[in-house]
Amino acid sequence: MPRTSIPEPGVNNIILNINGHDRTVDVPEDMPLLWALRDILNLTGTKYACGIGSCGSCTVLVDGKPTRSCRTPAMRFRNRKIVTIEGLDPTGNHPVQRAWNDEDVPQCGYCQGGQILTAAALLAENPNPSDGDIDDAMSGILCRCGTYPRIRKATKRAAKYSAEDGGDV
Amino acid sequence: MKAFHPHEVIDRRSFLKVTMLASGALLVGIGCEDTSIESEITGETWVPNLYVRIDVDGKVTIVSKNPEAGQGVKTAFPMVVAECLEVDWKDVTVEQAPLDDRYGRQVVGGSRGTPDGWDDLRIAGTATRYLLTTAAAQTWGVSVEECEASAGSIVHVPTGKTQRYESLLETAAGLPVPDISDLELKHSPSEFKLLGTFVPGVDNPKITTGQALFGCDVRLDGMLYAVYEKCPTFGGKARAANLEEVLALPGVEHAFLVQGTDDPRGLASGVAVVARTWWQAQVARKQLNVEWETSHADSTTNYDREAQRLAEEPGETLRSDGDVLSAFNSASKIVEASYYYPFVSHANFEPQNCTALYHESGRLELWAPSQNPKSGRALVARTLGIPEKDIHVNLTRIGGGFGRRLRSDFMVEAAWIAREVRQPVQLQWTREDDMAHDFYRPAGWHHFKAGIDNTGRMTAFDHHFVTFGSGGDTVSGAGLSRDHYPAGLVPNFRLRQSTIRTSVPTGPWRSPGHSAYCWAYQSFFDEVALAAGRDQLEFRLDLLSRSYGDPPLDLVRTSGTLRLAAEKAGWGRRELGANRGMGLAFHYDHGGFVSHVAEVVADGSTVKVEKVYSGIDVGPILNLSGAKNQVEGAVVDALSTAQLEITFADGAAEQSNFHDYELLRIDQAPEVECHFIQNDVRPSGLGEPPFAPATPAISNAIFAATGTRIRTLPFRKAGIQI
Repeated sequence: MPRTSIPEPGVNNIILNINGHDRTVDVPEDMPLLWALRDILNLTGTKYACGIGSCGSCTVLVDGKPTRSCRTPAMRFRNRKIVTIEGLDPTGNHPVQRAWNDEDVPQCGYCQGGQILTAAALLAENPNPSDGDIDDAMSGILCRCGTYPRIRKATKRAAKYSAEDGGDV
Repeated sequence: MKAFHPHEVIDRRSFLKVTMLASGALLVGIGCEDTSIESEITGETWVPNLYVRIDVDGKVTIVSKNPEAGQGVKTAFPMVVAECLEVDWKDVTVEQAPLDDRYGRQVVGGSRGTPDGWDDLRIAGTATRYLLTTAAAQTWGVSVEECEASAGSIVHVPTGKTQRYESLLETAAGLPVPDISDLELKHSPSEFKLLGTFVPGVDNPKITTGQALFGCDVRLDGMLYAVYEKCPTFGGKARAANLEEVLALPGVEHAFLVQGTDDPRGLASGVAVVARTWWQAQVARKQLNVEWETSHADSTTNYDREAQRLAEEPGETLRSDGDVLSAFNSASKIVEASYYYPFVSHANFEPQNCTALYHESGRLELWAPSQNPKSGRALVARTLGIPEKDIHVNLTRIGGGFGRRLRSDFMVEAAWIAREVRQPVQLQWTREDDMAHDFYRPAGWHHFKAGIDNTGRMTAFDHHFVTFGSGGDTVSGAGLSRDHYPAGLVPNFRLRQSTIRTSVPTGPWRSPGHSAYCWAYQSFFDEVALAAGRDQLEFRLDLLSRSYGDPPLDLVRTSGTLRLAAEKAGWGRRELGANRGMGLAFHYDHGGFVSHVAEVVADGSTVKVEKVYSGIDVGPILNLSGAKNQVEGAVVDALSTAQLEITFADGAAEQSNFHDYELLRIDQAPEVECHFIQNDVRPSGLGEPPFAPATPAISNAIFAATGTRIRTLPFRKAGIQI
């Protein structure tokens, strides 16, 4: 929930569609989407790690495409559909979320929101990815703990879960 | 936000629990002096000890005392309690403890969690089970020996009568606490049901749905966000800044100078900018114009020059066995080589942060992603002049530790700023802050000379280690034990050391020391084995087959891991084909024995590390998933780190973010196959031991595939790309 103390009503009120809901957000003009999510909407699942678009921890889905949120101003996402890790499936039953749990991918877990959203986008386009496809799609998201071998396995497991669910990723 | 309550806001029921714990209800196995304590029940919950709570509705809560940084302790520790308590894992809720002295050591470091926690956790679970079993026996009027605990129930074996734990709480709470020495604690994998199985992390549901867990996820009512500008040169002091100008910028609420202390691990001097959002604080910070007073200009170039000069000097002899010089004279072959590794940064994925709330009463509450919160509390107390008893530290999940968060600079900065502004504040460093103000793993130079006799045995080993320090003292993370192998494995041995002064902050970095010098030793052993015309595996097993005086490591357990890794990799039994190579290495550190065999394929100077086979002996495995995850991650981390370096110029780090400090990506990561030797010894930790031998196993494989011997890190300095 937005905090009551800030922001004050301002001239920069915009409407962002986040996780299926229109949210009115008062953002400074240059504030990247990442900080609007974290500091104004308190959606802290999207993470800051580099701020230069290099590591992918800040990945959200914009109209279904994995997109870095740390550099682009929130203003530019008006009229787009934004999905954050909180909104993929809040019950955790998306095939990728289930696979990530069952393969026990996370170590520290900090980068995993970006990993999961990227894998979900990959499977939506390519329901049966090869190792090479997975490496290509996932190589933008760094993991400092080195969970890469499990990310490969979990992405394949998610593809299997998704097929069992009738291909609805 | 629900996940983070200020400590003082607690409801009536929580209050009862907290009071009861504080009054000392059965502090089993935590090294507490007072053993005359009884378990208690109040309202709906029985609290037999600090680790276990059972509700009348059957809910079992197990408290995890150590911070979780990705090492898996928040799952593995409660598994130990659950194993001994005999409850179904699916019925267990895990809760993170705050910093609380009654738990004893609450640290992520030195791979010591498992060995240190092993007794306390088993006692907590076993004592609780004992009380419940006794309660059931009394209720039924039968002997305790006829009763067994299983999956949250006590069963009377002869009749099959069963009672759930939750129906026995009143009776159990009235029983005297058992004498710890009377408890039979499970210790062997053959007794385990839950331990040793593959159990997903308890925080996975929150991680996969993006719920608040980490230090930077803390949100408090009225919370402000802070950035803290420090001198780019280590130890520089802020003298003046254009504060008025910055205060006028949008969203900025406070901007002020902090004098800091002279403690290089304490509160650094700097300028705090506090705003209503972090972004606004950071934007304003970029307009800062600070006058710094700096004192030194250390550089990598100067270090290199000094290291070269020292290499020609004899150095201080730290150990001398036999007579290396005459052994060299009588050797049939001499091998000499020098190895160098650079400074590296921890690069925790969650940049340093801490949230602080200063109460007008003088109390301070912190939410800290800290590996060593107790040490952080002491630093804050000392710097701010607040008694430790008035500082409450909540432990958040940590986005990567690797030793960086054993230091508490970020905690004391947040605490200072929060007291200044009298509002809750979250201090969040940028990635650039993190890389510029790390406590780096120090660089090191190793000059080796080995003598081989006419049977191909290494008979003499001389080692000149050039490291950082002053006189005989080394800086943090730069020391080497005089008894490190091959001391004790060769009849004639000498270790010499020279030190270079540095003003760069250094500190423990995952498997401190070992993570660097194991690569040098195990690469050089390859050179010696080759010069002796011997197989790399056979040479090492022979080296580990005898000792001269006390062996520097357990020869049987070390050889066991080496044989296992080699067997699983098919060492010497497989035709690898062109441009492929295998390399191996063994090591022992932090209580764990690990050997790796790496297999690589080369395309010119570009190498793909395809697979790493690991033989591991850390005793019984607690969580099979967590254990494998640590091994896989350590291998990836080792390969990643072998591509990295931090250099210094004019007293500051030259790298600043992931564009010039490029961590490994998924397409470069090998497959890792883990094989554990499980026995009845006490378990030891696994956060560190798999790291050190991974780098040399890979380096040696690269030599086998390409003929390029890597003697300088990162790999690219030898022309090798991953």
